[in-house]
Amino acid sequence: MHNLIDIQNQVPIYTAKDFESDQEVRWCPGCGDYSILKSVQKILPQIGKSKEDTVFVSGIGCSSRFPYYIDTYGLHSIHGRAFSVATGLKISRPELDVWVITGDGDGLSIGGNHLIHTCRRNPNLNILLFNNEIYGLTKGQHSPTSSQGQVTKSSPLGNIDTPFNPLLLTLGAGASFVARTADRFPAHMQQTLLKAAKYKGCSFVEIYQNCNIFNDGAFETFTDKESKDQYSIFIEHGKPLRFGVNNEWSIVLKNMEPCIVATSEIQEGEEWIHNQENKNLALLIAQFAQNPLFPRPFGVLYSVERECYENLFAMTPKIVEEEKLDKLIAGKFNWIV
Amino acid sequence: MLQKEIESVIIKFAGDSGDGMQVSGSLFTSTTAIYGNDLSTFPDFPAEIRAPAGTVAGVSGFQIRFGSSLVHTPGDECDVLVAMNAAALKSNLSSVAPQGIIIANSSGFDSKNLRLAGYQADDLPLEQAEKMGFKVLNLDLSKVSKETLLGEKISTKELERGKNMVALGLVCWMFNRNLDQVLELTKQRFAKNPAWAEWNQRLVKAGWNFGETIELFHERYQVNAASLPSGKYRGVSGNEALALGLVAASHKAGLQLFLGAYPITPASDILHELAKLKHLGANTFMAEDEIAAITSAIGVSYGGNLGVTASSGPGIALKTEAIGLAVMLELPLVICNIQRGGPSTGMPTKTEQADLFQAIFGRNGECELIVVAPGTPKECFDIAFQAVKLSVEHMTPVMLLSDGYIANGAEPWKFPSMKNLAQITPPIAEAIPYKPYLRDGNLVRKWAFPGMKDMQHRIGGIEKEDITGNISYDPLNHHKMVYLRKEKVAKVAKSIPPQLILQGPQKGKILVIGWGSTKGAITSAVETAHKAGIEVSQIHIQYLHPFPENLGDILSSFEYILIPELNTGQLAFILKANFQIHPICFNKVQGKPFFAKEIFDKLIEINQNA
Repeated sequence: MHNLIDIQNQVPIYTAKDFESDQEVRWCPGCGDYSILKSVQKILPQIGKSKEDTVFVSGIGCSSRFPYYIDTYGLHSIHGRAFSVATGLKISRPELDVWVITGDGDGLSIGGNHLIHTCRRNPNLNILLFNNEIYGLTKGQHSPTSSQGQVTKSSPLGNIDTPFNPLLLTLGAGASFVARTADRFPAHMQQTLLKAAKYKGCSFVEIYQNCNIFNDGAFETFTDKESKDQYSIFIEHGKPLRFGVNNEWSIVLKNMEPCIVATSEIQEGEEWIHNQENKNLALLIAQFAQNPLFPRPFGVLYSVERECYENLFAMTPKIVEEEKLDKLIAGKFNWIV
Repeated sequence: MLQKEIESVIIKFAGDSGDGMQVSGSLFTSTTAIYGNDLSTFPDFPAEIRAPAGTVAGVSGFQIRFGSSLVHTPGDECDVLVAMNAAALKSNLSSVAPQGIIIANSSGFDSKNLRLAGYQADDLPLEQAEKMGFKVLNLDLSKVSKETLLGEKISTKELERGKNMVALGLVCWMFNRNLDQVLELTKQRFAKNPAWAEWNQRLVKAGWNFGETIELFHERYQVNAASLPSGKYRGVSGNEALALGLVAASHKAGLQLFLGAYPITPASDILHELAKLKHLGANTFMAEDEIAAITSAIGVSYGGNLGVTASSGPGIALKTEAIGLAVMLELPLVICNIQRGGPSTGMPTKTEQADLFQAIFGRNGECELIVVAPGTPKECFDIAFQAVKLSVEHMTPVMLLSDGYIANGAEPWKFPSMKNLAQITPPIAEAIPYKPYLRDGNLVRKWAFPGMKDMQHRIGGIEKEDITGNISYDPLNHHKMVYLRKEKVAKVAKSIPPQLILQGPQKGKILVIGWGSTKGAITSAVETAHKAGIEVSQIHIQYLHPFPENLGDILSSFEYILIPELNTGQLAFILKANFQIHPICFNKVQGKPFFAKEIFDKLIEINQNA
């Protein structure tokens, strides 16, 4: 039991440990999910919501076991439907802090329809999409983010499908907060998750998550100590787009085309300063992933203020006088026998 | 002029979908209701929104039956057909009673209309009808309309359209309705536009006077008021009543009502009705698909309120997995299935009751829920109320099976007062530590939802351990949980009313069993059988799963059991399996309701062979 109270939010002062449930965590040893779980447990005490006012909703897949391991309310729903379960919950109980945990198969394939509609509606949910570019729980089939040519159990001759770019997809669907982080970047992940949690609206965070059993090393180039500086770019609002071991490379816009140039050769006024409120630029950044020469972007690509769906929905209050209902039932036209 | 007293009459107004037949029909219904007749109505819309004018596909109809005794259905064959054009005659002629009256709008039978209706150029359908024994009154209602409003600033098209009000006036005259009342109702109907109100009143009056002056009618008809239980009445359609029942019940349960829905015929009106009632506590969410419609409702129920979803067969099929989730979560959820002709897209605007198997069995795993079905439009209120009460108090999904026939059909309803409705008590958790799957005597678990302190728990569709709700793959635990969920639903039988015998002796030779929208036709058939001296009893099952506890005793008290169904024998199949009976099945799957006469004939046949 807690004695200390966070005065501002009128909730107990928690530690990460308070958010650990009594259930044994059962992901494969070495799974990227452990790191995400830890990061979420670390940031939850900083959000200012009580445990009972926090809910984790998930679909089906390895990632969707997540709610069992957090000592808040949790609902492990069915494949692909966490978005709509969470939307119903959030619009009927706007005061709750609602998180959606999903994966690339759950969220982009079977639940793809609900994801895009959630993005356009903008309920204040925090969506964490664990992307491992494979179906893990069903043991190794190609997913909507698997790369073309990828050999999996269901694509022994190589995957012929063009993968989704989750950030481009959600931006296209009208999401107003879009970010990416990775299981191997715990500090960056916590920062990003905090921003997502504090954002008022639907925040979509793609988390690169290594499946060491069925798709080991899928993101190694971007996350490995040796290569990440060359192949990843960490973007921040108000800061220039730079990467490389010593930030020796920059990305600039020439005729609306992103180009990689040596930072030392940048002309005055040529620098591309990241503006998270500019959707056109966010769309360009999201598309870096389509070009193998470009570094993979991490951070908040897009974040703008927008009315939350639950405010527009405005669930009606509980109390209606019975008189009014009697009038309703009597109808506009009635007669006496 | 002669006044002929008759017990009941069936009138059908039929014309092009733009001819205002629904307006004439509903105004005639209102005045007839105030007059004190019992009545039943059914609108008949074309499937196409704007089918080509003048064609058979574009015919819209409104049928009303009213009488001085109780009326159970909109009727089999009509005594009076008002046909605004040749197409309306063509599509309805087969359902006019022998020697019935056909009021034809002559200008709708010109060569163009005959061609559009698919008649040959030299066909004389009205003359033909007369030869067949119908009494045909060939009147130029369009002309009356034009002359009545001559000089008013109205387009020719609008002038022509006034014929529906002329027809209304004429029919009101024929059946001795109260003219002042009809005029007042007409005024109210067009209250938003005083000029239109005045014009339409003049048209109704013109129709009335037309009846009085032309010498084609030799008699007028008198249908006296029925002796209905005294009280306040209104007209209500099935979907309206269902929506009201949900609102009333959620109020009695102290829960906010949430409907997640996706448009589908014939269920969309539930969404429309509730969408109008936001200020009275109804929250509606039009989802991106059927699955989001039900899963958002599950999210609402998880949050401690009342989730409801409404659809028709194909939509229910899409929701199936989510219904299973709600069964596992053991949360309140009301699923309304307004059945239509199936399978697949089937016949969306036509009626059928072929989703009973889907309701009772249509899920993966051992996955039982409560299934209830109203028998008439007004029963939709009580059954919707009961569905909410059972769902909330027993923490289990309930499937409500209505269908297109009662959803769109309407009848007078002696509506209840809120204070007389039962209280609904959600089993909200109190004890800490909270055990999500600890059960009470009815095997009902307690409901704890987000926001309730120190009751945080995680639940889902995965099999869970008894009492704690933690994930469990233990074989014996699964066996136990399957039986606990099953018995929980079985125990609901103790909370529902016993099966009533509606007509006839408590035991005897013949029992007719019905469920759903066949109630009116069966009731009429059994009444007629009694008049013909045939001993027959009738039950109509509203609680289809679990069945009322006394059902088995009733079934064993009769020699012959007749089960008429608008499917190939689904209830019969279930009763055979449960009670080892050998019923006589009487089935019709034509997208149309039973005629009372069809069931009556079947009863005669059984009686003769018995």
